[in-house]
Amino acid sequence: MRADDPKLMRIEPPKLTLAERFFLPQIAEGLGVTGRHVVGVAFQKKAITVQYPEEQHVPSPNYRGVHRLNKDEHDRIKCVACMLCATACPAHCIDIVGASAPPSWPDREKYPESFVIDELRCIYCGMCEEACPVEAIELTGLYDLTGLSREQMIFDKTKLLSVFDATKDAEPMKYAAPPPGPAPETKMLPSPLD
Amino acid sequence: MLWVAIGILLKILVVVSIALGTVAYLIYVERKVAAYAQDRVGPNRAGKELGIPFGLLQPLADGAKMVLKEDVIPGYVSRPLYMLAPVIAIVAAMIGFAVVPFGPVGPNQIMNFQIAPNINIGILYVFAIGSLAVYGIILAGWASNNKYAFLGALRSSAQLISYEIPLGMSILGMVLIAGSLDLNQIVNWQDRRVWGVVVQPIGFLLFLVSAFAETNRLPFDLPESEQELVGGYHTEYSAMKFGMFFLGEYLHVITVSYLTVLLFFGGWSLPFHLLNQNQIGFLSAVFKVMVLLFKVALMILFIMWVRWTLPRFRYDHLMDLAWKSLIPLSLVNLVATAAIVQLIYSSR
Repeated sequence: MRADDPKLMRIEPPKLTLAERFFLPQIAEGLGVTGRHVVGVAFQKKAITVQYPEEQHVPSPNYRGVHRLNKDEHDRIKCVACMLCATACPAHCIDIVGASAPPSWPDREKYPESFVIDELRCIYCGMCEEACPVEAIELTGLYDLTGLSREQMIFDKTKLLSVFDATKDAEPMKYAAPPPGPAPETKMLPSPLD
Repeated sequence: MLWVAIGILLKILVVVSIALGTVAYLIYVERKVAAYAQDRVGPNRAGKELGIPFGLLQPLADGAKMVLKEDVIPGYVSRPLYMLAPVIAIVAAMIGFAVVPFGPVGPNQIMNFQIAPNINIGILYVFAIGSLAVYGIILAGWASNNKYAFLGALRSSAQLISYEIPLGMSILGMVLIAGSLDLNQIVNWQDRRVWGVVVQPIGFLLFLVSAFAETNRLPFDLPESEQELVGGYHTEYSAMKFGMFFLGEYLHVITVSYLTVLLFFGGWSLPFHLLNQNQIGFLSAVFKVMVLLFKVALMILFIMWVRWTLPRFRYDHLMDLAWKSLIPLSLVNLVATAAIVQLIYSSR
């Protein structure tokens, strides 16, 4: 592009008024803004932070926290060990060992003998949830995921099912038949990790 | 003679310990103000088990942390200067208190609320000491053998040299009007007439801006510049040595607030002569000390408020502000004040 190109637009910075060049009115205005915030927090309890252990933040319904393995109405694991979630997982944190389903489960061929998620490798992207054809794996609203060792943070099938038991009331299965009426708001859950 | 010496030592002890205790709590207040300005709550846990509300034990916890932390002295520093720098920083900040009156002073008062009373060059002494403080910063930057620390120190020296000039000239108007360099005389003049901010509004603004620069507080905290200089001159300092720089900074804030109140907000005086220099009783002295402390506390709060409002200046803007705006303005102010004082006051 040449310097005298007619399409070239020259943009000048806006001319400052005398008051603006003196800074002082602007500074006063800025002091007003921070002053309002100070007064709001100090006297009107407008702080946006949450005093964590006593109060707990409630994440939005599509928050992606700890995984759970859903159960169907007969209390059986819904997973059919199709490996789609493990394939979709970009972090390779899901390890499934499939086995033939017991003969009493006529609706499927396989079930997961072992289903292990390394919660430390997981990036909580939710791809497993999207990939699952039977709505068996879901991410819950639990965010305070802590442990004392790496081993503790590798969740096996029992643990993931227990997450479902702990969260099923507050967070119904997302893609199953929707419950009638408006969905209840996600509430704080008792920690299932103790 | 002995009793006078003991009295002075006692005063020094009281003033220094109160100042250091206040500094500890100023850091707490600063954190609270910061939190409030950012819609947070700030420190509110320390002391909860003991039933003390609002985290008021936080300064003690901070202090204990500072003292107990490992003091890392990097191998590449030049040790004598490295050790000396924080000492200079805190001593220079503290000896400025010697001439700052923290209450009424005078021959017929019950007591001189000043460590070194009736020094007729009081304010000059404060500024002389104030410029010593920069040695702490420069030595720290030089001794650290670290480019960030060094850059911070360089900035600091240029900044302090530049802002000494408008700082010094901004008070000269007040000195001319009151006819004395003694802080008590200046307060007494304001008590008789009006507060300094009324007769010297430009001088007050210049003083305020330069004082922010002298204390290295935002918006002029370029020697520190956490973002660009990873802490500037105290990058290589840890534990209590870092803490001493910190204490020095807050002591400066206290000194500057005292000076602002004494020079421009009438010191211990109240409007309508509710408190005046002819009251000499014990009760009036207590009231005067309290009024002064209250004004100083408001001033400190204002300094903190400004810190959490304004972002840092760019370096060339900082220099522009000092050399192209503040110094000419203070010269004009000084000449105008001198002319008015000479033509109007002296003829009466």
